[in-house]
Amino acid sequence: MGGLTLNYIIRRVVIFLLTVWVSITIIFLVARLAPGDPISAMVAQASASMGVVENQDAIIEGWKEYFGLNDPIPVQYVKFLGNLLTFNFGPSLIAFPAQVNELIARALPWSIGLGLVTLPLIFFIGNLFGALLAWRRTPGPLKAFIPMTMIFTSLPSVLAGLVFIFVFAFRMKLFPISGPFGRGMQPSFTIEFISSLIHHGILPVASLVIVSFGFWTLGMRGMMVTTEGEDYMTLADAKGLPPFYVLYRYQVRNAILPQVTALAIALRTLVAGQILVEAIFSYRGIGTLIYTSIRNQDYNTIQGTSFVVILFTAVSVLVIDLIYPLIDPRISLEGN
Amino acid sequence: MGAATGQTASLAAPRKAGRLNRFDNPWLNIKLVVGVMMVGSIILMGIFGPMLRDIDLAYVGRSPLNLPPVGFENMRGEGGDPLHPLGTDNSGRDMLSLIIVGAPNSLLVGFVAAGFGMLGGIILGFSSGFLGGTADDIIRLSADITITIPSLLVLIVIQSLIPVQSLLVMAVLLSLFAWPQPTRLIRAQVMSMRESGYVKMAQLSGVPTSSIMFREMMPNLLPYLAASFIGNTTGSILAAVGLEILGLGPQRLPTLGRTIQNAIDNSGILRDMWWWWGLPTIILIVIFIGLLLINLGLDEVANPRLRKATRQ
Repeated sequence: MGGLTLNYIIRRVVIFLLTVWVSITIIFLVARLAPGDPISAMVAQASASMGVVENQDAIIEGWKEYFGLNDPIPVQYVKFLGNLLTFNFGPSLIAFPAQVNELIARALPWSIGLGLVTLPLIFFIGNLFGALLAWRRTPGPLKAFIPMTMIFTSLPSVLAGLVFIFVFAFRMKLFPISGPFGRGMQPSFTIEFISSLIHHGILPVASLVIVSFGFWTLGMRGMMVTTEGEDYMTLADAKGLPPFYVLYRYQVRNAILPQVTALAIALRTLVAGQILVEAIFSYRGIGTLIYTSIRNQDYNTIQGTSFVVILFTAVSVLVIDLIYPLIDPRISLEGN
Repeated sequence: MGAATGQTASLAAPRKAGRLNRFDNPWLNIKLVVGVMMVGSIILMGIFGPMLRDIDLAYVGRSPLNLPPVGFENMRGEGGDPLHPLGTDNSGRDMLSLIIVGAPNSLLVGFVAAGFGMLGGIILGFSSGFLGGTADDIIRLSADITITIPSLLVLIVIQSLIPVQSLLVMAVLLSLFAWPQPTRLIRAQVMSMRESGYVKMAQLSGVPTSSIMFREMMPNLLPYLAASFIGNTTGSILAAVGLEILGLGPQRLPTLGRTIQNAIDNSGILRDMWWWWGLPTIILIVIFIGLLLINLGLDEVANPRLRKATRQ
């Protein structure tokens, strides 16, 4: 029983492919349904910010040709599918000669870095607190303290970010207000740069962690309560095993597995939260890229960036879904 | 599990009624009550606020600029004006009026989006659970796909090209991502209840399917549906505030997110105008914590096991 069945793999991969296809189709339809065409809007935007643009009509025609807007709709659709799937999003308007995929390639490592620090922290703190909350031997004061920290759960991380910026950066001047590292620094592997990187990263990471870990705490507590009544727990206690050993080897190890699926569910919220937090901290990642391109109505960049984030989320969910049955063979695969 | 608790409750209630303490009513859960009070106060403010306060002051240019709340000073050393007890922003919007109009607006978007989502969930969930077969497959697949797509990104793509100027349209867009959760929930419950004794009994007695669905099954689903509705409300408000902070969504209607975005855009933090972004943030925190408490309370109503766990 258990493990990866072919049916399960096929279903997950089909869901992944359909997710990507539906997203591309929505992006395509939105661009076609929008009032006016994006290119005229882009040129209008350019002329508003730069003064007069000469040969407007010629430019619009040229761009339409470039994007294939003179083709019939089905041809446009197929080209569009191909373009997005090969990460060809066209040029950015605000950083004109630069291609959108260059901008994304520059921003993506920052976002992934931030996420790779945040996610394990959330998972660790959340599960630790959840386990302590349900453990019979947890000291009373700690049991009273943990629920208080959970008051932040389900708040938007942006709001936590704003409060942190105001209190810790603006008023107390403990941390920098914005940016991923000190002004005028060049990314390098020096202690000075890395410490600046950490110093700048603490507030964004904290605002993401503080609003998210409670989700895992609640889930973990629920799972711990369920394992509490199991026979193997009674046996372990009766054998006289050290309480901490029982907690870790018997209770937590059985309770933590379903928490991995929660990752797939929570990813959407985490991604959205990180985009907004990056935007208010002017972190160099995808969030800030989206924010500036919305401000400047740089539709190409909005489109490309959103697609990359959707794709990234879908891939992560697929990976978690495929790994999960390997680590927890107990789950029944035909259900959800 | 829902079926089981519902059944035992309805069987046991008449017999034990005399001994039941009023506070044993699971719906009088402390978290639920406090949460309802927090959210209720925002709703009451939306109903009675406009009678007590001139809400036209919530729009640009109706008041002096950059005034702090009464009892505080702004960076130019000006004190508060009792006419504008919570201060004003940098384009002459009165914060008190802004909150009275904006807070119910933000809450309303969440409720409407979650309401539409719930409606879709009830229709699709019951069809999926009852019809089975191809309909079930398609509905489940669509729910799986919708749950994987990060809604914020799709909403960004839509709203950056098609400007939304009404809260209702915003709510409808948000509801496109609020249906999968109730759908899955109802489907799972319907599937398990369909096999339970009392539903079989009703079927054998020739009770019509619609009344099995709504009179036999729905009451057992209520706490789950309520929890899912509240969860979706939170999610929708979260998405709406996020979009507003990114500068999308209705531009002229006062909402909490729009106010915060104005403050960020005009460097409200660096100008030490904490009331500008801070007050809407506090109101949003009240809304979110209220909704979270309602959700936790409903969870305990639906799962008696959790009630026991907290008492240990």
